[in-house]
Amino acid sequence: RRISSSASASSRLTRTRNFCLGVLPDTIDRGSESFASNCRVMEGLISQLHSHIHQVMKGGGPEAVKRNRSRNKLLPRERIDCLIDPGSSFLELSQLAGHELYEEPLPSGGIITGIGPVHGKLCMLVANDPTVKGGTYYPITVKKHLRAQEIAAKCRLPCMYLVDSGGAFLPKQAEVFPDKENFGRIFYNQALMSAEGIPQIALVLGSCTAGGAYIPAMADESVMVKGNGTIFLAGPPLVKAATGEEVSAEDLGGATVHCRVSGVSDYFAQDELHALAIGRNIIKNLHMAGGINDHLVSDYKEPLYNVEELRSIAPTDLKQSLDIRSIIARIVDGSEFDEFKKLYGTTLVTGFARILGQPVGILGNNGILFNESALKGAHFIELCTQRNIPLIFLQNITGFMVGSKSEANGIAKSGAKMVMAVSCAKVPKITVIVGGSFGAGNYAMCGRAYSPDFMFFWPNARISVMGGVQAAGVLAQIERGNRKKAGNQWSKEEEEIFRTRVVEAYEREGSAYYSTARLWDDGVIDPADTRKILGLCIAASMNRKPESTKYGVFRMYFIKFKQVRTPQRLISFAERSPDCYFDLQGGANIRGRKAVPVVLLFKNGEKCDSVIGTMPKEFYVAANERVLAS
Amino acid sequence: LFSSTPDFDNRRIEKILIANRGEIACRIMRTAKKLGIRTVAVYSDADKYSLHVKSADEAVRIGPPPARLSYLNSSAIIEAANKTGAQAIHPGYGFLSESADFAQLCEDEGFSFIGPPASAIRDMGDKSASKRIMGAAGVPLVPGYHGDDQHIDFMKSEADKIGYPILIKPTHGGGGKGMRIVQSPNDFVDSFLGAQREAAASFGINTILLEKYITKPSHIEVQIFGDKLGNVIHLNERDCSVQRRHQKIIEEAPAPNINNDFRSHLGQAAVSAAKAVNYHNAGTVEFIVDTLSGQFYFMEMNTRLQVEHPVTEMIVGQDLVEWQIRVANGEPLPLIQTEVPLSGHAFEARIYAENVLKGFLPATGILHHYCPVQVSSAVRVETGVEQGDTVSMHYDPMIAKLVVWGEDRIGALIKLKDCLSKFQVAGLPTNLDFLLKLANHGAFENGEVETHFIELHKDGLFINPNDTLSTEAAYDAAKHGAAIAAACLCEMEHAATKEHAPGNLSMWYAKPPFRVNHCARHTMELEWDDEYSGDGFKHLTVHMTCLPDGNYLIETGGSSSKSLEINVSHLGKHDFKVEYGGISKNVSVAVYSKDKMEHIHIWHASYHHHFKQRKRLELSDSDDSEYRPALESTSHPPGTVVAPMAGLVVKVLAKDGEKVGEGQPILVLEAMKMEHVVKASTAGYVHGLRVTAGQQVSDGTVLFTVKDK
Repeated sequence: RRISSSASASSRLTRTRNFCLGVLPDTIDRGSESFASNCRVMEGLISQLHSHIHQVMKGGGPEAVKRNRSRNKLLPRERIDCLIDPGSSFLELSQLAGHELYEEPLPSGGIITGIGPVHGKLCMLVANDPTVKGGTYYPITVKKHLRAQEIAAKCRLPCMYLVDSGGAFLPKQAEVFPDKENFGRIFYNQALMSAEGIPQIALVLGSCTAGGAYIPAMADESVMVKGNGTIFLAGPPLVKAATGEEVSAEDLGGATVHCRVSGVSDYFAQDELHALAIGRNIIKNLHMAGGINDHLVSDYKEPLYNVEELRSIAPTDLKQSLDIRSIIARIVDGSEFDEFKKLYGTTLVTGFARILGQPVGILGNNGILFNESALKGAHFIELCTQRNIPLIFLQNITGFMVGSKSEANGIAKSGAKMVMAVSCAKVPKITVIVGGSFGAGNYAMCGRAYSPDFMFFWPNARISVMGGVQAAGVLAQIERGNRKKAGNQWSKEEEEIFRTRVVEAYEREGSAYYSTARLWDDGVIDPADTRKILGLCIAASMNRKPESTKYGVFRMYFIKFKQVRTPQRLISFAERSPDCYFDLQGGANIRGRKAVPVVLLFKNGEKCDSVIGTMPKEFYVAANERVLAS
Repeated sequence: LFSSTPDFDNRRIEKILIANRGEIACRIMRTAKKLGIRTVAVYSDADKYSLHVKSADEAVRIGPPPARLSYLNSSAIIEAANKTGAQAIHPGYGFLSESADFAQLCEDEGFSFIGPPASAIRDMGDKSASKRIMGAAGVPLVPGYHGDDQHIDFMKSEADKIGYPILIKPTHGGGGKGMRIVQSPNDFVDSFLGAQREAAASFGINTILLEKYITKPSHIEVQIFGDKLGNVIHLNERDCSVQRRHQKIIEEAPAPNINNDFRSHLGQAAVSAAKAVNYHNAGTVEFIVDTLSGQFYFMEMNTRLQVEHPVTEMIVGQDLVEWQIRVANGEPLPLIQTEVPLSGHAFEARIYAENVLKGFLPATGILHHYCPVQVSSAVRVETGVEQGDTVSMHYDPMIAKLVVWGEDRIGALIKLKDCLSKFQVAGLPTNLDFLLKLANHGAFENGEVETHFIELHKDGLFINPNDTLSTEAAYDAAKHGAAIAAACLCEMEHAATKEHAPGNLSMWYAKPPFRVNHCARHTMELEWDDEYSGDGFKHLTVHMTCLPDGNYLIETGGSSSKSLEINVSHLGKHDFKVEYGGISKNVSVAVYSKDKMEHIHIWHASYHHHFKQRKRLELSDSDDSEYRPALESTSHPPGTVVAPMAGLVVKVLAKDGEKVGEGQPILVLEAMKMEHVVKASTAGYVHGLRVTAGQQVSDGTVLFTVKDK
């Protein structure tokens, strides 16, 4: 009680301060031509998204749905609705997995995954869709299942597997069975999570054949439905072929056998609703210790501006510049954003805000990343990791600045600092690609390879190593070189066709749907839902104990100076960014133009060097700031 | 002022024991409290936590639930009075109120019996004797036989003499118990024996009297009051014609369509009846009025305060219980005859737990939701129960009396209808909807009341399943009700889960529930308690979509029905404000679990609908094992006969395995002292008949099955 009262008092204080300082202005020019045309394009994209979603909501089609109903079975999303708390939200992941991925449609990849609360406890729900190819595992089904487990493991969410699957999809066994991140990994994950104390619950609501049989068998607790639920390593046809034994599915691996005789299952359910009720009860009885969930979320204000305007702001033409603050203003509580280092490295916007009452640190792109912006990003990430504040990355990035000046300034090194910081940061990270995601910008802004806890695409977003036109230029240049070497002529028309093909491929492969179909993200979302989804994701990802972040070796850089005598010179250095912390030994007096005898250099709180005479640039900057401040 | 009765001052009552239960006990306590008199309740084990016990200053247990061991146990009651030092005993109505022996016992034990003298009770209690006395006093009587020769052949010849239709009734007791109407000489013997059996069971005396049965009678009774000084006045009449199973359900005062002349004739006859037995305290003289001839006959005198006394109180502006206590104290009546006012009009509707469609059979159960109407100076609710109480099989299943007053009959009727439609009872079947239909009936509005009213107007009062137009209209109304109920339910459920959500997860319980790129949707499979269809329940599917703005889009099955967008705000526990199509209105919803089902009641505008659905998925350890899946529905295989009510098996008329015809009586059940014959549903062989006479069965128990082989 004491904690909550002090928390509310401090939040009141914070709110007042935010109100004074950080309210973002409304900068949208709603009358402009570009705004109107952007609206029109986005409208088309949103309705395209909805029609894709509408399609996958039908599952495997009316026939399969009817067959499912005739067996007294619910559809996977209905099962989930029965499992989660009444009236609560469900954060479904990768709804469009498998979209136009195979020759045959595979709605939602044949498996529904997502997070929802059960008895006030967030759970990862994984439900096979028996109406889609009998719930069998395609490669993308496996990937989606594993991704759900990855999130569960990271966020320590109990897993509930709603099993109704025919096992691996045999025609594609080569892509499903043998590799590391294949079918077997599901059980490996179950074992490891169980060992970690993350509950693994299986509800066997349908068939559970062959490898699938291990899902309930590996679970901490499992429930089986009389009649519909079956578990066996080999089904009746295979048994007959192998041993000649003729046996019914129910007698071979029905609920009675497994609850009464084999002990593979623990709870006997009379029907599906009963099974789901038992599933809820299991979660109710978990009593998971840890007490991470006791922090309170303060009351929050809605953004000052209409959240739905994000649909009009979302950049459809990536060449046009966009102030990321107009997006932030529609995502954060009260549109209050306390910007960090607003005047420095301005192409990266960093700052603190709250989303649905939860503190976050936001990094958003406002153009190309320069040295300064990258260093600022790394600095900001360090701040957030020290304070255990989740990071939100709003990606709209075409890359790092290129060119000789930039390279000479060590852009690769600066970029590497930010990438290092992003990689090592142990706080929850959530990435939303609101526009472009190109090149190394994707890395520094926590792309998929940097294991963000969650990652979403807006329907207008694009992703590729570089822009299609640029890639076509590079490739054409190489091709021309190759032909020249071979002594071949390359006509203008041929080159044009070559270039167009490259651009088209980049166009196709860079789309949000191409990405989400392959599970390069956790879903394509309506920009207007961004705030809600971020709020839910933060709550889910804060379901773990804070971890302290350890960074790798930062590549520092030192500049040699002949002598530094005047404070004016130091001041000019102060305009550059610092990498180090420092302390002065021997009572330096820079104003009195005395030389500094000894300087101890600190990095990450540890003394890393002491220098006399020729100092690194960072030292002088820091020293100067310290002296001026005192 | 009291100079004529100075010696009574030091014998005033200061503490009353109420030898009754339910609403009348509460009613008496209210007046006692007003007068500063302390109250003692008595209770059986079934009533330990009931309202009358809570309302009293002191309470004494007097025995186990069966009335004969508790509320009819006079020695236990006397002992309770001794123990608590009460000076007076008020018997209420029913139970010991008309027991001359008990009245005598009270006086012998030194307690003041708040009621008439034992002698008057005795004279009036024996219906044959009372008629003799009345005849002698010149009060007109219905032709009949009231003799001691109870031989069946003799009785039959007497009946033949009087002429059919004829009424058979026990000489003792009242309330219609054991009464039979015999239409033709052939039916006489069976009915006579049945009446004897019931009389013996209820009153211990099986003497029967015969009377001419008046075909178009109305039942008018006169409230009289006498004091110990010999003054008797009447407080106008009541009409209690609207009856079912010979028990009143709507009473009114004054009687409609009678003039002042007739009124004073009746009143004088009543006063002379009372004077003939030296009556004092409250009493009612019942007359049967032949509406065809305008002739009235003395029927009986009820030597107690009647159930329907509040309608008289409303039109004369007096508290009759206060009068009773004053008279018992020996004080003179507060008014003389010419001072008795008659102002406005009052109705009383008795709200019973009963199964109207099963022939008004008494029902039992838990009052899961009970929310009577707001009371005022013109609206009274007399009740002895609270939400959560059980209406048991041991006592009268009356839940409440609704009493309304208006400037005139029409004004009072409007109030009655309004109050009935707002009176919320859920958990057990009640006659509320039926009362509302009665009150809305044209003939009732015109005051064309008579004792056969319900029988005569049954087409308008009961449902005709073949009337497709009204059946469809009712179905549409039910669908609409289901749509609103579903939205309210959703709102209520969300609010409840949100309240229990952990603090850090509040955003997961925001309204509306969030879904990625689509709207949350649920389907409710409801069973509508459909009185229009023969099998009772009609299935309704309600689809709900939680729209992003927090509204609900409701679709109620069928391609023709249009969807409804509803906005719901939760006002209080059961109350909601719903808005759709530009209309905003208040509705109430009650939800409770019973028999593994979730029951949903909704009151909106003048509608009340009752739905059931399978319980939502919450298991407790205890009901896990009892869980009954959908496949094994509660409906029984064809030919199964279940107990229509909780009761005692008094007679088994067939043997297990016996071949029976359709409609053949198999056994006789008794509940609330009413006999009910359980018949074979179809022709065939009786299977599984295991109950024996004397066995108690509960509502819905499978009694036997009739099979082809």
